[in-house]
Amino acid sequence: MADLTMRIWRGDQDGGELVDYEIESQEGEVVLDVIHRLQATQIPDLACRWNCKAGKCGSCSAEINGMPRLMCMTRMDQLPDGPITVTPMRAFPIIRDLVTDVSFNFEMAKRVPAFNPPPMPEGGYRMQQIDVERGQEFRKCIECFMCQNVCHVIRDHEENKANYAGPRFFIRYAELEMHPLDTNDRRELVREKMGLGLCNITKCCTEVCPEHIKITDNAIIPLKERAVDAHYDPVAWLGRKITRRTKRSAAEAAADRP
Amino acid sequence: MAVDDATITEVQLGGRRGGPDVATLRTDKWWKLPVTTVAVLSAFIVYATWAAFFGTSNFFYAAHNLLSPFYSPCLGNICKTQGVTTSPFLGWWQLSPALIILVFPLGFRMTCYYYRKAYYRSFWRSPVACAVQDAHSTYSGETRAPLILQNIHRYFFYFGLVFNVLLTIDAVQAFIWPGGGVHMSIGTLVLCLNASLLWLYSLSCHACRHLCGGQVRNFSKHPIRHKLWKFVTPLNAKHMQFAWMSLVVVAMTDVYVRLVASGTITDFKIF
Ligand code: SF4
Ligand code: SF4
Ligand code: FES
Ligand code: FES
Repeated sequence: MADLTMRIWRGDQDGGELVDYEIESQEGEVVLDVIHRLQATQIPDLACRWNCKAGKCGSCSAEINGMPRLMCMTRMDQLPDGPITVTPMRAFPIIRDLVTDVSFNFEMAKRVPAFNPPPMPEGGYRMQQIDVERGQEFRKCIECFMCQNVCHVIRDHEENKANYAGPRFFIRYAELEMHPLDTNDRRELVREKMGLGLCNITKCCTEVCPEHIKITDNAIIPLKERAVDAHYDPVAWLGRKITRRTKRSAAEAAADRP
Repeated sequence: MAVDDATITEVQLGGRRGGPDVATLRTDKWWKLPVTTVAVLSAFIVYATWAAFFGTSNFFYAAHNLLSPFYSPCLGNICKTQGVTTSPFLGWWQLSPALIILVFPLGFRMTCYYYRKAYYRSFWRSPVACAVQDAHSTYSGETRAPLILQNIHRYFFYFGLVFNVLLTIDAVQAFIWPGGGVHMSIGTLVLCLNASLLWLYSLSCHACRHLCGGQVRNFSKHPIRHKLWKFVTPLNAKHMQFAWMSLVVVAMTDVYVRLVASGTITDFKIF
């Protein structure tokens, strides 16, 4: 007996609507299972992305009852009774049904200045365990882009997309800025051109991250504090005026080198 | 550091988005948290305003040396003269001394990363909850005046530390009563609790975490700063809790001192 209503958004660039599908519930299923059963039995043309079914590939991001979630990691028995709404990620242009065009994110990925270690002979790089551990949290990112999707800076204000890296790339900037072997200084870039100041630290990115990365506390706020060091702090500013230094000095960078 | 322009292509703006055009599809009670935040913060603001402008007597209980945190440090000799604000030191200032004092804790809390989140969400509704549409059609975040001033938070943190020292001194002095000897009362404990929570609030501050060690690239080269950072990091994870607890307790401390000083209740002596 069909005891479950799945309210799925169907449509493309020409528009779309929510459509109700009735289906029988089965024990132990996640939302993606139900979507697959619907594809197999009722709507073979339903478009959705998925890959690993294990919360590790970051493909199946969607919005379930209005909240960004991985379809493969959302258990049906943990959702409230009543129809279950499944819609595509809201911040990106729609391709079809549950599939969105996430190329904005790849564009922002290209803008991150690459890791730049000092020249050293083969096998010359050494890092201590405590320095390795520091960036480990950020490397858990599966690029599901749900943090980008939920971020109101671009979700509700399309115009900001041109100059906003977004939380997923703020963690990349933070990781590089905390890397002892890196010699680039991206603090002014991230403040001026990547929209760090647009983030108002309201923490929705952290709330939706399936890898539980503390995006705001451990990446964005440390970046904001670095922007203060490099730009806003009046005492640091005076110090730079006196010593006529604008960036991290070569001596500082050298001292940080292992 | 510039972006390597060769690899960059323009971000395509526009394009129809999926999903219905509604403010949110959330079905849970997402409005509970912002409503609670507005209620508690408003209650505090109303009380603090009253205490600062009109509560210019009864903020000090001389017999047990209890001073309200809203009126600490005791500017001039107002503690002895109980609410007379035209002391030699403060002769030019005709209003409540609390108004001078409260600027610093107020600035500290207004620019605090946690409170920013709290009031941006609840009062400004930008956004009121995750995946709920921003209440404003334009948005510039913290890139312009006045919000760009949030970047001076670390200076308020430094001032905050000075106040913590002063309130700690008040708490210690509350053990020494004018009649002589060392005593303890409920009031002493209240002042101690208040000072401890304010320390926890300050030490868990994000700017503090950054200044302790967060700003270095290389922990292995800065072992002492790494230790400091390791010490404040778990506190930082509880910053929100400390923010609320210290806010409520600071108001309660003021209430307690006033009740005692006005003779409404007696400050129970422990020894
Ligand atoms: S904390 Fe900042 S980056 Fe994260 S969702 Fe909120 S505004 Fe966006
Ligand atoms: S940071 Fe978290 S939410 Fe953002 S893309 Fe990575 S895994 Fe997804
Ligand atoms: S299918 Fe890979 S994360 Fe869901
Ligand atoms: S006091 Fe809250 S972040 Fe500094």
